[in-house]
Amino acid sequence: MDSSTSTSQPIVRKGLKKRLTNFFVRLYQIHLFILRFFKEAFVPPFELKEIMNQCYQVGVRSFTLISLTGFIVGLIFTKQSRPSLSEFGATSWLPSLVSIAIMRALAPLVTALIAAGKVGSSIGAELGSMRVTEQIDAMEVSGTKPFKFLVCTRVLATTIAIPILATYTGFIALLGGYLNVATNEGTSYTTFMQQVFEPLTFVDFVSSLIKSIVFGFTIGIVGCYQGYNSDKGTEGVGKAANGAVVTAMFLIFVEEVLIVQIAGWFR
Amino acid sequence: MKKFKPHIDNNNAVIRIRGLKKAFEDYAVLRGIDLDLYQGENLVVLGRSGTGKSVLIKIISGLLKPDEGSVEVLGHELETITEEELQALRIRIGFSFQNSALYDSMTVRKNLEFPLVRNRKNLTRKEIDHSVEEVLDAVGLLKTINQMPAELSGGQRKRIGIARTLILNPEIMLYDEPTAGLDPITCIEINELINEVQERFKTSSIIITHDLTCAKMTGDRIAMLLDGQFQRVGSFDEVFDTNDERVKPFFDYNFIQ
Repeated sequence: MDSSTSTSQPIVRKGLKKRLTNFFVRLYQIHLFILRFFKEAFVPPFELKEIMNQCYQVGVRSFTLISLTGFIVGLIFTKQSRPSLSEFGATSWLPSLVSIAIMRALAPLVTALIAAGKVGSSIGAELGSMRVTEQIDAMEVSGTKPFKFLVCTRVLATTIAIPILATYTGFIALLGGYLNVATNEGTSYTTFMQQVFEPLTFVDFVSSLIKSIVFGFTIGIVGCYQGYNSDKGTEGVGKAANGAVVTAMFLIFVEEVLIVQIAGWFR
Repeated sequence: MKKFKPHIDNNNAVIRIRGLKKAFEDYAVLRGIDLDLYQGENLVVLGRSGTGKSVLIKIISGLLKPDEGSVEVLGHELETITEEELQALRIRIGFSFQNSALYDSMTVRKNLEFPLVRNRKNLTRKEIDHSVEEVLDAVGLLKTINQMPAELSGGQRKRIGIARTLILNPEIMLYDEPTAGLDPITCIEINELINEVQERFKTSSIIITHDLTCAKMTGDRIAMLLDGQFQRVGSFDEVFDTNDERVKPFFDYNFIQ
């Protein structure tokens, strides 16, 4: 082993140690941020008007994209599944297959991923920009609580709006699926819907709802954390928006795995 | 415009700072500051960029915590104050930010209403509208009431920023670089507005600036911040009547000469 390798080892170790320390410090800060949310969100005065406004913003920002994506996902999924099922002469199972896939997994996941991109980034950029231009400080010095007004309202709004959007996505995706089934098999709408709901259980609906709530909370809290704690300067705003999307998407997949695993125990 | 003669109560310090120190990582910005702001006085804090002038008023308003020393504002020691007390105290302090910090998603009216509706909960709609119009009139910008901040000029934004702090009738005003980035005529207008605020609202103010015209027009007392400490405190002429090589260039390079 040459001398350069032996000297670079401590440097690498030092860099790794610093990164690990930063990671845990950040984890601790996020933990404090979440605790602060629960401490402030459910204590009066409630900013109901602002929560409603933010719910509207979340809905409006994602509505078109979610409608389009939901429909296409349902249509394509049904179309792609047909050849495999037709090999066994089981195309009549298509509605059941589509409903299980959409209601259990695709609707909450697709909605959350789109919302993370549209809403999460927007929250990160908006709060980041407010931090950079001292608007958050201005709220603080004028005797108002910026955390309550900016963070709590946005997190509550995403937690409320994402499950509603996910339910909507589910029905739109089923509509896409129905269109494909009706065109190819000539199945009536009533028969399709009967077959859609037959295999679904109470656990499916509850796990899907819980998943959407968790995803919504994640999108809101990550976006707000990134924006609220963004660095000074325009670079900080960009980083906040980017960090909001990347972190939220990563966490959504982790949560998906965990919730599917937990829901499996109740089936 | 010649500054009016304010009534300054030298026995009543609304802000009392002793041994204030603040460092960012290894860089010590404030290195033991002592300062009194008297009732009714406009105190100008002069200094070069990066000397900690803004840090000082951010500590006074509770946005930053000091490393050492005591800061007493309107009889409240900031080190021992609770969160609720600090919030109540902040209503009595107006903070005008360097870049105005107007809420860019709200109209001028909403910007001014925002602190009012959250801190004076018993006001009727009519009273809120009246207060908003009154302060806007005081800064001469009533016509901008329904405009968005993006539609305003730099000078107008400064005025609206000041109006937003005045709406809560503060006892102390903190101005962070009130004339930065403005043309000379607008600077004079802002300086006159600062004096009007002092006269009409009976405020005591700290004005952070490196603009000597602003200092001369608005300051009853000047404090020169050098190397993290107040090196010279007194009237404008007293501060600049010196051969101190750290102070002289400040005066020599300014257009007031």
